[in-house]
Amino acid sequence: MPKITLSHFEAAFLFSLFTSVVMGITSKRTDKERLDYGVYCFACFLIALFGIAWLMRLGHG
Amino acid sequence: MAAHTQTAAQVTRPAPPLNVWLPPVILGWVIPGGGHFLLKRTGRGALIFASVFLMFLFGLFMRGMMFTPQSGDVLTTLINYGGFVADIGTGALYLVAAMFGYSQPDMPGDVHDYGTKFLVTAGLLNILAMVDAYEIAAGRKD
Repeated sequence: MPKITLSHFEAAFLFSLFTSVVMGITSKRTDKERLDYGVYCFACFLIALFGIAWLMRLGHG
Repeated sequence: MAAHTQTAAQVTRPAPPLNVWLPPVILGWVIPGGGHFLLKRTGRGALIFASVFLMFLFGLFMRGMMFTPQSGDVLTTLINYGGFVADIGTGALYLVAAMFGYSQPDMPGDVHDYGTKFLVTAGLLNILAMVDAYEIAAGRKD
């Protein structure tokens, strides 16, 4: 079995993508709402990813 | 009070018959997205299958750990049993991996840690999809 090594960003990006797809599908009632919610979740994941990364960066000085 | 009771009564619906919701939920557990396929929601089923399958595969490729039920202090028990339930949420993917002898010890390192989280989250997402299949089968969602 192959072994892969992903960076923090790559792993968090993939995690956000897959999670957003399923959350979008399962949470809303129409296709438009599902797409909007999936994109919204993905954007929130990425904003949190960059926001927390910068907080840690600034916190460490 | 009366208005509150009326609202609760409106929200409460009778449970659907077992033969209506059980096959999609069971199939959705065994094959991620299978419940949606059975209910003719092929597009959504394919997306769920792709997401859960790829997440599980990345978890394996990153050598994530699969939880086994272990007792200890409250936190250890909670983590191990919770992780185990989430892991078996992937259904056939978990069973096939276990059948082929996948066993990864808990090792330090961010990649292994991400792998463990991917495996657990794949199961949790599939459980979410099973609930969605139940709601579709029960006629509560389109």
